[in-house]
Parts: sequence; structure tokens; C-alpha cells
Amino acid sequence: MSVLIVDDYKTMLRIIRNLLKQLDIENVEEASDGEEALSKLRAGNFGLVISDWNMAPMTGLDLLKEVRADPRLKHTPFIMITAESKTENVVAAKQAGVSNYIVKPFNAETLREKIEKVMVHA
Amino acid sequence: MPDGIAPGAADAPTSERIEAAVRQVLGSMAGDLTATEAALLAELEGLGRTVARAKQEIARLKVDDITGSHIPSATDELDAIVDHTAQATNEILDCCEVLETVSARVGKADAEALQGAITRIYEACSFQDITGQRIGKVVTALKAIEARVADVTGNFLEGRAAPEPEAEVTEGRRLAEGPQLPGAAVSQAEIDRLLSEL
Repeated sequence: MSVLIVDDYKTMLRIIRNLLKQLDIENVEEASDGEEALSKLRAGNFGLVISDWNMAPMTGLDLLKEVRADPRLKHTPFIMITAESKTENVVAAKQAGVSNYIVKPFNAETLREKIEKVMVHA
Repeated sequence: MPDGIAPGAADAPTSERIEAAVRQVLGSMAGDLTATEAALLAELEGLGRTVARAKQEIARLKVDDITGSHIPSATDELDAIVDHTAQATNEILDCCEVLETVSARVGKADAEALQGAITRIYEACSFQDITGQRIGKVVTALKAIEARVADVTGNFLEGRAAPEPEAEVTEGRRLAEGPQLPGAAVSQAEIDRLLSEL
């Protein structure tokens, strides 16, 4: 499975990549904001998106909306990993079609559990 | 030069020209004023003195130092903190990756112990993202203060540029507030419950 991870913090990209490697997921690409992610998604074939929310110029929520509006990408599992931890953020993400939502700081077990959960329904 | 404005006033800033014109008009009426009008005039003069004092106090604030030096210097320092923590985090991650290579060459029990410790370090290293976002919020607040100070002084001091029109705000941007303070954030368990209910 090919995974696209999206975060504007290079250290967080590296942490998630290493945690995915521990789960035997090594086919990983990175993007540093929603716009770059969207162009990679449209050009590639990814089985999962793991995205931060707070990025510029395009946020993770706006990326999620673009993904769900694209006929070719709309069924791609999408996990939000973010420090945005208010109820209204979770509600907005759910309404936009998020597959699961992880709040930072998170642990490896939560990441594993959520990936397994969304891939079962993929 | 318009009639009735004192010689030399035409070159002064607009607010001073208006003030001079008002004084001149009121001065010419001084002999014809009723008691009420005289009281109003006194009020106006008091107001004028208050405005003049406010202008002097703002000038003493050295606003240009605040917006041109203090706040940019503070935001630069905060940016440097983020850079240093990023460098340190990358060093830690480098070490973890070396340890992962080593763990592949040791016995199963040791490898598991090493992997467990490495995973915990990875989890802990996410502090850099969280602290970076918190510092980002402080920088944004400082820049907002800088803009407000410039706005307030711009009302008194002429010749300042008009504020830039705000860019379109998406829902994602509007809701992006970064990490919440302890007590204000919902937990992972609460998020899981919310997602299952929605």
C-alpha cells in the first residue's frame, strides 16, 4: 500500500514515516501542504492519506474536501492527525468525510489502530 | 489658499489645518456666543487639548521602535527557538534510526526492548510540532498587536499606509487554531466517541 503523509513540520513527517515503517508500511511519500498533496494524489495512486490540518496555503480540511470532491480520489481513506482538538474541528472533519481523526500528541498504538480500522472499511 | 485660513497653515498636515480653521472661526465668533455656546466651546477646547496630549504620548511611545524593532526581534527569537528544537529533534531521530539498525542485529528480547524505547522516543519527539505550533500562535498574536498599534497610531499620525485587505478565509483556515490549552482540548477517547455518534 502506498501512503501519502502531509505535514508542514519535517520532523513530524519523519516521525510518522518511522512509525509507519515499524508497522511494515514502507511505501510512503510526503507533502508539506494541501496543495502539494493534492497534486501528488492526482498524479499518483495512493491507498491512504494521513494529513495534518494546520498548513498553508491549503489546510488539511480543505485538502480533504478536494479529495472527496474528486471522482477518482473520493474513496481514498483519509486520516487527520492534528493538534486541532476542539469538538467543532472533529465535527467539521467528519462532515467533510474524514475516515478517522487522531489528536496530537499521539502514540504508535493509536496510529496502528486507526490505520487498521480505516483499511478494513476501504 | 482657502479664505480664512491662516498664512502657512496650508502646508501643515490636514488635521492641523482643520484645527486651525476651527479655532479661527470660533475666535471670530467669540463676541457673539451665548452661555451654552461658550460652554460648548470650552468643551471643544478641552477635547482638543486631550487629543493633543494623546498625540504627544503616542509620539513618546516610539511606536516605530515597537513595530520596527521590538516585535520583529521577538518574533525572530521565537522563530530561532523553533529552528533549534527542530535541529535537536532531527539529531534525536538520527540516533533512533541508528538504534533501529542496531536492533536488527541483536537478540529478539533486546531488539523488542530497543524497539519499544525507540517508539516512545518517536512519540515524544512530536513535542517539536506541538511547541512549534504554540510558538506560531504567539508570533501571530504579536503580529496582531503590531498591526493594532500601527492602526491606532495611524489614526493620529498621517501618511501611514492603509491596511491590506484580508484574504479569503476557508473553513479549514477559520477553524485552524492549533493546540488548545489543557482542559480546553477534547481527548482521543472523546474524539472516537464523537466520530462514532456523528
